Amino acid sequence: MAEMDYSKIPKEKFELIGHQDAAESEKIAAPSLTFFQDSWRRLKKNKAAVISLVILGLITLIAFGAIWLSPKDPTKQNVQFANLPPKIPGISVDGFNGTTLVRGQRVDKYEQVGVPEDVYFILGTDSLGRDLLSRIFMGTRASLIIAFVAAILDLSFGVTYGLISGMKGGRVDSIMQRILEVLSGIPNLVVMILFLTIFKPGILTIILAMAVTGWITMARIVRAQTLKIKDQEYVLAATTLGQSQISIALKHILPNISSVVIVQMMFSIPTAIFFEAFLSFIGLGLTPPNASLGMLLSEGYKLFRFLPHLMWAPAIVLSVIMICFNLLADGMRDAFDPKMKD
Amino acid sequence: MKNFGKYFLKRVFFMVITLWLIITVTFFLMKLLPGSPYANQEKLSPEQIEILNKQAGLDKSVPEQYVIYMKNIMKGDFGTSFQFKNQPVAKLLRNRIGPSLQLGAQAIVFGTFIGIILGLIAALRQNTWVDTGATLIAILGRSIPNFVFAVLLQYVFSVKFKLFPIAGWNGFASTILPTFALAMSPLADTGRFIRTEMVEVLSSDYIELARAKGLSYWEVAFKHGLRNSLIPLVTLLGPLAVALMTGSLVVENIFAIPGIGEQFVKSIMTNDYPTIMAVTILFSALLVVVILIVDLLYGVIDPRIRVSGGEH
Repeated sequence: MAEMDYSKIPKEKFELIGHQDAAESEKIAAPSLTFFQDSWRRLKKNKAAVISLVILGLITLIAFGAIWLSPKDPTKQNVQFANLPPKIPGISVDGFNGTTLVRGQRVDKYEQVGVPEDVYFILGTDSLGRDLLSRIFMGTRASLIIAFVAAILDLSFGVTYGLISGMKGGRVDSIMQRILEVLSGIPNLVVMILFLTIFKPGILTIILAMAVTGWITMARIVRAQTLKIKDQEYVLAATTLGQSQISIALKHILPNISSVVIVQMMFSIPTAIFFEAFLSFIGLGLTPPNASLGMLLSEGYKLFRFLPHLMWAPAIVLSVIMICFNLLADGMRDAFDPKMKD
Repeated sequence: MKNFGKYFLKRVFFMVITLWLIITVTFFLMKLLPGSPYANQEKLSPEQIEILNKQAGLDKSVPEQYVIYMKNIMKGDFGTSFQFKNQPVAKLLRNRIGPSLQLGAQAIVFGTFIGIILGLIAALRQNTWVDTGATLIAILGRSIPNFVFAVLLQYVFSVKFKLFPIAGWNGFASTILPTFALAMSPLADTGRFIRTEMVEVLSSDYIELARAKGLSYWEVAFKHGLRNSLIPLVTLLGPLAVALMTGSLVVENIFAIPGIGEQFVKSIMTNDYPTIMAVTILFSALLVVVILIVDLLYGVIDPRIRVSGGEH
């Protein structure tokens, strides 16, 4: 028994373990995820971002649902019922039961001005008797619309500019970059203010004023990313196969930089909300009877020593929206590019 | 160093172009506006208006006015305010620049100082409750608009507890709340920035070496960690300057501080165009200079940038 003749072992004794054929061995056990599915999976792990997403979804739903289901008419004035404190049905805590302190004594304001028993102003009324809650819904809607439209304008203009600059390269690129360099030296606030002093204030003017300066950052980022991706092999392959520059830009480069673009857009939304509120606060925003969060804040600020709730309510809504957008944007950045996470 | 000189000249050239563009665009935008400063004063006869226009140089053609305006700006003359008659804009603003500068300086010193400490602690105690707390402060500081913060401070500390003056410009006590309000976003930005930088620096090889040769924990953290994290902080100066300018408009208004920002808002409300233009130019010039200084400074303090000619 010195050596064994391996060839003598019958074939039946061997059993193939694992894959039965070549095709099966190529199979991937985990489901194949697209880039966005994968990012979504990572985003879901980020609690703060998910909570923010839910809150923002709810706020958007309520703000837009209020077009049809507004508790009261947000623009209807009723001077008789002006400056009423909050009154919430079924709650008798001071501050939310329609009473205020007048010379150290609690007075039921609702009784005083003769509001019917079953009428409640959950957040009270402003100096013209308009229901604050309805106005906040209306204002949130305006702020969100302004922010989204401004962000979309930034996106479309910035991406186009950045793609052209990056794709063309050479002289075109350097001229376009010099233009950007000059423009980015101008403080965006100054441009917005000039824009609003010259044109009639309104939603459209505010959106345009923000879009005039907002696209610059986007254009820069898109150009930098385009330059990076332009040198990849698949772009070279596409060029060799005779694809036009436009179709390379749209089919090969744009999809590959979409995550960066989306993250940048997510950051530009809170910026737009901030600037809208800011401009309204200094009196350059929307005009009554329209409302935006910044305008409600600035109206409330005029009376905040006597009726602080007129200001706190819009201030809280504004802050919550800002925090949620920032957290969501942070979360999306980490989800799209896990390497970037610190 | 030859490269640096060329780079410097190029940057200054673009700075001048930017400023010229801003001045030109604002000038022609203002000329586009309907009406004249005297149109609403019905008491004036056409002859009187003509005389006033002549005095203000408004009878000349627009290009001529433009040349005159540019020449005057070179001399530091921004025209006469519409709102305060016979008050040169330059003088009006000169009186107001002090409070704005003081507030801005206080806010930037306080904000970056606390921000650095916050970022440092967060990085050294990574993933503990201290870190979470610092991150929370950073998110709040970045998200909550500075005017909301200013009003909150005013309500809590002035109206409720009466610790500080509500508004005005009388001594140091009245600068505390506005400084806090203005410092909030620099604080948040610096804190975040330093944390990220420190985390990166602390995991680098030279920190390992410093530890290996037996330096104490604090020596490593401060001498080798913090110092190297502070270098990139310079790049944050530009955004900080913008944040302070933006903030000054509302914060100065809320606390009734006689500064540039408050004057700017007032001028917008009263359509005082010469003043609006002057502040616009002033703000832009300030920002352009800050950006230039940052780019140059960065090349000087970080040799790794200088090699590539300062482009980034």
